[in-house]
Amino acid sequence: MPTFGNGRRVAIVAGLRTPFERSGTLFKSLSAQDLGRAVVAELLARTGLDGKEIDTLVFGTVVPSVLAPNIAREVALLPMLPKGIPAFTVSRACTSANQAITDAADQIALGHADVAIAGGAESLSNVPILHSRGFANALVGASKAKSLGGRLGALARIRPRDLLPITPAIAEPSTGETMGQSAEKMAKLNHIPRDEQDQFALRSHRLAAAGTQDGRLTAEMMAYYVPPQYSEVALNDNGIRPDSTPEALAALKPVFDRKYGTVTAGNSSPLTDGAAAVILMSEERAKALGHTPLAFIKSYAYAALDPGEQLLQAPVLAAPMALARAGLTLADIDLVEMHEAFAAQVLSNLRGFESQEWAERAGMTQPLGEVDRSRLNVMGGSISIGHPFGATGARITTTLANELRRRNGQFGLMTLCAAGGMGFAMVLENAS
Amino acid sequence: MSNALTTEIREGGVAIVTFDLVGESVNKLTRGVVEEFKALMNRVESDTTIRAVVLISGKPDLFIAGADIDGFLELRTAAEAEALSREGQELMNRIEKLRAPVVFAIHGACVGGGLEASLAAAYRIASDHPKTVLALPEVQIGLIPGAGGTQRLPQRVGLRQSLEMILQGKSVRAKKALQIGLIDELVHPSILLEIAVDRAGKLADGKIARERGRAVHGVSDVVLEGNALGRSIVFRKAREATRKATKGNYPAPLAAMDAIEQSYMGDRAKGFATEARLFGEMAVTDVSRQLIFLFFATAALKKDTGVGGAKVQPLLVEKIGILGAGFMGAGIAAIAAMQGTVVRLKDAHHERVGKGLKEVASILRESLKRKRITKRQLDDQLMLVGGTIDYSGFSSASIVIEAVFEDLKVKQSVLAEAEAAAPRAIFASNTSTIPIEQIAANAKHPERVVGMHFFSPVQKMPLLEVIRAKHTGDEALATAVVYGKKLGKTVIVVQDAPGFYANRILAPYVNEAGLLLDEGVAVDAIDKALVEFGFPVGPITLIDEVGLDIAGKSSAVMIGAFGDRMIPAQSLAKVIEAGRTGRKGGKGFYRYEGGKKKGVDETVYPLFSSTGQRMLIGARDIVERCVFAMLNEAARCLEEGIIASPRDGDIGAVFGIGFPPFRGGPFRYLDTLGIPTVIRALEVLDGRFSPRFRPARILREMAASGAHFYPEREKPH
Repeated sequence: MPTFGNGRRVAIVAGLRTPFERSGTLFKSLSAQDLGRAVVAELLARTGLDGKEIDTLVFGTVVPSVLAPNIAREVALLPMLPKGIPAFTVSRACTSANQAITDAADQIALGHADVAIAGGAESLSNVPILHSRGFANALVGASKAKSLGGRLGALARIRPRDLLPITPAIAEPSTGETMGQSAEKMAKLNHIPRDEQDQFALRSHRLAAAGTQDGRLTAEMMAYYVPPQYSEVALNDNGIRPDSTPEALAALKPVFDRKYGTVTAGNSSPLTDGAAAVILMSEERAKALGHTPLAFIKSYAYAALDPGEQLLQAPVLAAPMALARAGLTLADIDLVEMHEAFAAQVLSNLRGFESQEWAERAGMTQPLGEVDRSRLNVMGGSISIGHPFGATGARITTTLANELRRRNGQFGLMTLCAAGGMGFAMVLENAS
Repeated sequence: MSNALTTEIREGGVAIVTFDLVGESVNKLTRGVVEEFKALMNRVESDTTIRAVVLISGKPDLFIAGADIDGFLELRTAAEAEALSREGQELMNRIEKLRAPVVFAIHGACVGGGLEASLAAAYRIASDHPKTVLALPEVQIGLIPGAGGTQRLPQRVGLRQSLEMILQGKSVRAKKALQIGLIDELVHPSILLEIAVDRAGKLADGKIARERGRAVHGVSDVVLEGNALGRSIVFRKAREATRKATKGNYPAPLAAMDAIEQSYMGDRAKGFATEARLFGEMAVTDVSRQLIFLFFATAALKKDTGVGGAKVQPLLVEKIGILGAGFMGAGIAAIAAMQGTVVRLKDAHHERVGKGLKEVASILRESLKRKRITKRQLDDQLMLVGGTIDYSGFSSASIVIEAVFEDLKVKQSVLAEAEAAAPRAIFASNTSTIPIEQIAANAKHPERVVGMHFFSPVQKMPLLEVIRAKHTGDEALATAVVYGKKLGKTVIVVQDAPGFYANRILAPYVNEAGLLLDEGVAVDAIDKALVEFGFPVGPITLIDEVGLDIAGKSSAVMIGAFGDRMIPAQSLAKVIEAGRTGRKGGKGFYRYEGGKKKGVDETVYPLFSSTGQRMLIGARDIVERCVFAMLNEAARCLEEGIIASPRDGDIGAVFGIGFPPFRGGPFRYLDTLGIPTVIRALEVLDGRFSPRFRPARILREMAASGAHFYPEREKPH
């Protein structure tokens, strides 16, 4: 099977993100568009990439702004970029930035583009609050009415309950199950005990704290001077708790099943605001422009399963596919980055990698195998760092590419789960 | 033969007249153009197939820039100027009374005589475009509108709007022009001509009335403008405000008001006669002459690359780095972002960077408040400025401007860092006192080191001194000059010596004020005398504003360099020693409460004077001592070649330190006073205060040969 690229290797040249901040904190007055524009502006400044070289821009976001639904275009209209860069926005839940990256990579592989910017942004501080159907009907009716009487008549139909705003929940439209409930169900189905989940969360915080301390994580971040006062500057992810203890985690109450549950706020990823982006180039153009590639995209795969079953288990189907497309096995992989929506989900995914049953479902004869924990999420993950839905994929891509280089490894695998029962996996190859 | 106007007659009898003055970048009402207009009107009167006329400009984004100002310099007497005004009025009257109605299709600036002509037309349509602005800026060159503008504008837009436009010469954007009734319609530029032709046809058919009057705009219009009593209140208020603002130094706004007032007296002929008479009087005032000189000098500087005849290609500047996010650095970043430049703003600590960004944002938000830009444009400008505490993002910068602490070692070390981080960049120092050559002493590429001395606050002060050091190359110099102009600055090139030009001539002036304090003169007496002379603020207020610590540092450098004529003032030294820093510290020679300047801080006197007695010296003496010290120093700068010409010296003083514009600048003022007169006064002062008033050599030489700095009536170039 040919690996990705049709002979045109796609290089990841650089990546950058904003610090990730828990929703309602430092970035609460910024929109996803603000965050996305800022991170791309800084990425351009740092790399010195001339905007005229960029052929396309793709951005992912999960909760789009009603006022600027194509966030990618707003980013592409940054003042330092030419106005002629076509841009589109993609949405594939928590793999939206990955979708942006693979769409841009596809364009490069096809020869339609040589230089692309891809990434994602999310502001969960600024989700749109909706009016009820009844209220909306009355407003639309009033705006269409021809007389004052008609207008008043339409508005008179509003009932008190119509005035309650509707906040979008992170629930599956098909099943009505929230993401937390799904994680809770997966913990039970895959027999993931509470302390194992807490252990994993603790590990995430400790590794992220170490990565922050030694500067590996902060090197991937811009300093974000927060307007309009600029007196606060975001320099770190504020969800990381370096001093977290097993006792503190154990003391937290389960959120989604108060009686028999194991999923707590402590072993889940928090609602987060942030943005991340990468620069992709064809290998030839990178060389011509004098940019040193960090990594090449070796392969990728998307997969899906019934959301009513185990909502966040599809990485187990996507990973073997991506490895097969790369012609590799888990033994060839030097580093693994897994998105941590919930500790219960990561641990379920890891068990799935080892399971014969899941291997067969993925069309493989043998399980992927056991992931060496010393190579897994070596700088923490979404539980500690945070998870701005649309941006996480670009964060993981950058971290994997950089850390692969640092460790002088050859191949890296990333997996992400996504709402709708979907999963994503990608294999990167160190370019040095 | 046609040199400006071409006429095409459309079916239906609408004549489209295109104004495109051959050989000029702008349309202006030169003598030749006026003759062509007269010929055109003769033709229209005799050719009855022409039923209506549309006037449109053939220049891109410019309608009519106004009268030919060169011509004004030819005027010798008030009577001559009055006759010129009469002629202009008659031309406009002919437009107004022309058998065929005239429609003005305005795209781009419509200024001065151009707007006066449009007021006489039957109908005005403007394009909805940012370049379309309408103005009567005559007062800015010491004149008043002289072709019926003071008479017709009030009829169109009412009294208060007229005063606003004429007294300050402010331009009005197309949208506002529609709101106030200055134009009849606002359309997209691409359909301007089409609609104009249609309206011309309708006017000819009588479907649109030629006389349409003015709609009353609200209750205040009725109360304040609809009756003589209301108007008299408006005039009284306006006169008070004008007197306060001009301090009696600028007669034109008051004259304009007299002419406008006459337009309400019900005698049309007398109104126009008043306008012409006052125009004539204004045209020969010295104030107008000086302001016209400044107008031409500024225009000439715009074309000057600063490198003389050398052929160099300045670098294209798309990205710059700024070192130091203080008040100056932030100001430079803001004006660069306004021009679309990508800026990296670096300082040592995040806190300082954040403060700088806040300052940038507050400067840029000012444009939003004034509706010059949209919210999105503001956001774009903010996105252009990236804060950093390292040199990331500097590698592709074309210019690195340092605005760090005024310390040679610090400046040398940031220069070395910048040379490493931005290998292709020109290094520009914003120092106000340290010689560029010293800053560049260890530079790898001294040819790329230049001075760009901005004045504070950067976004408001129009002057930029570009400093050429001994090793500065032509490319670096030309790049700094061209980019400085792009930033909207008036740029003069000066040589590398302590204080450069503006601060150097300021030093003896401020120092003299300090010596007057030493002698016992009151703080406010000094400031008042010089404000009356025409400076925007007095010297003591000035150093309070600049910061006494900074002023003290600067004066130490000047004393070091020019000790023979810079006797250190004890008063200044003592007040600085006492830790007062001026406005920013809330304590200086004046008191500050809640950021507002209050009266003189009486507690300042005991700091340097044992007696509470304040000595009285006449304002004339104060002015003479301070200003002559400055004039003498300016002459020395020319003598030493610090500035290339009297023109640069005048522009530098007016735009850099607020030398009274109506006096034209130090060199124009020297010419006005007469060099021998000044020398005599300096000698008297030298007798009292030897040797600091010893006349500059160049003055003596010029006095001996009877020379002037400017040949009479010659346009500066």
